[in-house]
Amino acid sequence: MFKKTALTALTAALALGLTACGGSDEGSSAASGGGGGGGDDTITLGFAQVGAESGWRTANTASIQEAAKTAGIDLQFSDAQQKQENQISAIRSFIQQRVDVIAFSPVVETGWDAVLLEAKRANIPVILTDRSVDSEDDSLYVTFLGSDFVEEGKKAGEWAVENWGSQPTFIAELQGTTGAAPAIDRQEGFADAIAGTPNLQVVASQTGDFTRSGGREVMEAMLNSHPEINAVYAHNDDMGLGAIEAIEAAGKVPGKDIQIITVDAVKDGMQALADGKINFIVECNPLLGDQLMDLAKKVVAGEEVPSRVVTEETTFTQEQAVQVLPERKY
Amino acid sequence: MNRLTRSPLLWPLLALAALLLFNLVVNPGFFAVRIQDGHLFGSLVDVLKNAAPTLLIAIGMTLVIASRGIDLSVGAVVAIAGAIACNSLVSAPDPTSAGAAVVAISTALGVALLLGAWNGLLVSVLGIQPIIATLVLMTAGRGIAMLITDGQIITVDNDTYGWLGGGYLFGIPAQVVVAGLILLAVALLTRRTALGMLLEAVGINPEAARLAGVRSRSIVWTVYVFAALAAAVAGLMISAQVTAADANRAGLFIELDAILAVVIGGTSLAGGRYSLTGTVVGALILQTLTTTVYTVGIPPDMTTLFKALVVIVVFLLQAPRLRAVLARRRRPAPPPLPSGGLPEEAAAVLTGGPVLADDEHTPAPTAGGTTGSGRGALR
Repeated sequence: MFKKTALTALTAALALGLTACGGSDEGSSAASGGGGGGGDDTITLGFAQVGAESGWRTANTASIQEAAKTAGIDLQFSDAQQKQENQISAIRSFIQQRVDVIAFSPVVETGWDAVLLEAKRANIPVILTDRSVDSEDDSLYVTFLGSDFVEEGKKAGEWAVENWGSQPTFIAELQGTTGAAPAIDRQEGFADAIAGTPNLQVVASQTGDFTRSGGREVMEAMLNSHPEINAVYAHNDDMGLGAIEAIEAAGKVPGKDIQIITVDAVKDGMQALADGKINFIVECNPLLGDQLMDLAKKVVAGEEVPSRVVTEETTFTQEQAVQVLPERKY
Repeated sequence: MNRLTRSPLLWPLLALAALLLFNLVVNPGFFAVRIQDGHLFGSLVDVLKNAAPTLLIAIGMTLVIASRGIDLSVGAVVAIAGAIACNSLVSAPDPTSAGAAVVAISTALGVALLLGAWNGLLVSVLGIQPIIATLVLMTAGRGIAMLITDGQIITVDNDTYGWLGGGYLFGIPAQVVVAGLILLAVALLTRRTALGMLLEAVGINPEAARLAGVRSRSIVWTVYVFAALAAAVAGLMISAQVTAADANRAGLFIELDAILAVVIGGTSLAGGRYSLTGTVVGALILQTLTTTVYTVGIPPDMTTLFKALVVIVVFLLQAPRLRAVLARRRRPAPPPLPSGGLPEEAAAVLTGGPVLADDEHTPAPTAGGTTGSGRGALR
């Protein structure tokens, strides 16, 4: 009896999984299908996006779509909904359509060699955006356009040295998801920048998983175990926003009693910066559409492009936030 | 006998005490609770407050597990509840008013009621295995939440709504008050009336319970509806804590935490006998563990390993005791019992005497004493 039901359960689970995969595959190829390319002078760019998991990503998508329109590039857009298999099938369909250039933000770092080799054999150049791939063969893609996370950490650290370095500062670090490249690199860059300043001390460092509730819960605990904390470095805005809630609940004033640096500059973060609750934000710019279109044109024209292009990024103080907030796109 | 009835909770309680003691040694200020701006403030308060959402879900899960089921969809319901409430708030004519918050919360709870009814329908009427039936909503639910929020994090600004996550009532965090009241209501409803016993009877042997006149179908249906409602309240708390709805991450894997809390508390996944007190202890252990990681400063890359080790130790501590209890139960009744729990008591009460409702079941002359440890009392 039990065996039989267990078997039924298993079959049902399998069937469910299979239909789910089938469904999304169809969806992505339908989305990317229609309108071939490459025949005339217009450049056709096939772009496989990760998904729409955050405000940052949505702004990234919007920037690429707008920039393609302005640059007169025919954009074939596909949304992988955070699944690598969707992204691979989208790239395959780009190859079949013979687009002029393929760009994508890899969902994960590994497992791209086979499909990228197919693109290479079809003589379609590939540009990586935002995230890189982990492959021994770097001839599989022409360039990687994206943020330098170490540099972001460094910018945060340099501001800390400049503004906090004169008196003893006890910093709580809210790390991103353990093992994620931005978390590792932003920690490294910050640590390097503050290494020569004895007044700056990271007294507690924990992961808040890049989420608001994570940032809040970690900050609550840190405020209890390290009452001396008077500064926070959060690897993204969301964790910083969570920390603000915890700091307020502890009866302290965020931005004054406890100063805060975050990375990203999404809308809610910029609002908090303008309100004086955050002190400094290092931008992680999703608006790389124009740079991508430039690169695509150069690659198709056969020009040499550098193998690593860093997104144009800036930093914001509270005064700058007040100024730019009305015209921020995300 | 008395000692025996208390024993299932002994080890979880000791584990909780050990964890708290460990925290006290590492951080002497851990037990300090002070009044800050008119409310309680301190590590212990944080533990209680942050345990509240998991506890609420675990209470619902306890009842579902007692009915021999499982509900994997609670995490998705958490995400949906937060998404609906925040979406309703931002589209309200006056997003900061108390009225908008009431509408948002009621809408979210109403939808949760429907989701729970859906789960209950699949399990109790259509007879689909609970793990599969709720898996449907687990996978689809987060997608629904994403649809509602458009994949964005929706930030709201409403003090009434925010109160649910960060407010206080007589200095006690609102989350603790709400979770405590719901716990009390469930305890009274299932332990002071026959409902708890009927639920256990259904969990031990649904067919026997039905033959004995228990309306198994509606009882099973009800527990799934309640589990979804509890998850929705937890979802509102989680969203209100940060005054935002994050459909991607809110309540991710919380169903596993809830099941873990139930199991640490000594409720068997085989259904039947359950312990609400055990679930409370289980939820507190899990939260204390998380807070310990943060206060003690265990490196993030070792966090999951540390948690797993503590949980394994708790289970190992429970295991010999469990074996001893099982051995004692087996000895007087050589043929294997169809399921654990307290079949004799339930069957006896249901049929008005020591008559067997299930023909596979063999009488266990002395077992009635060892297992009949007590409805009525909160275990």
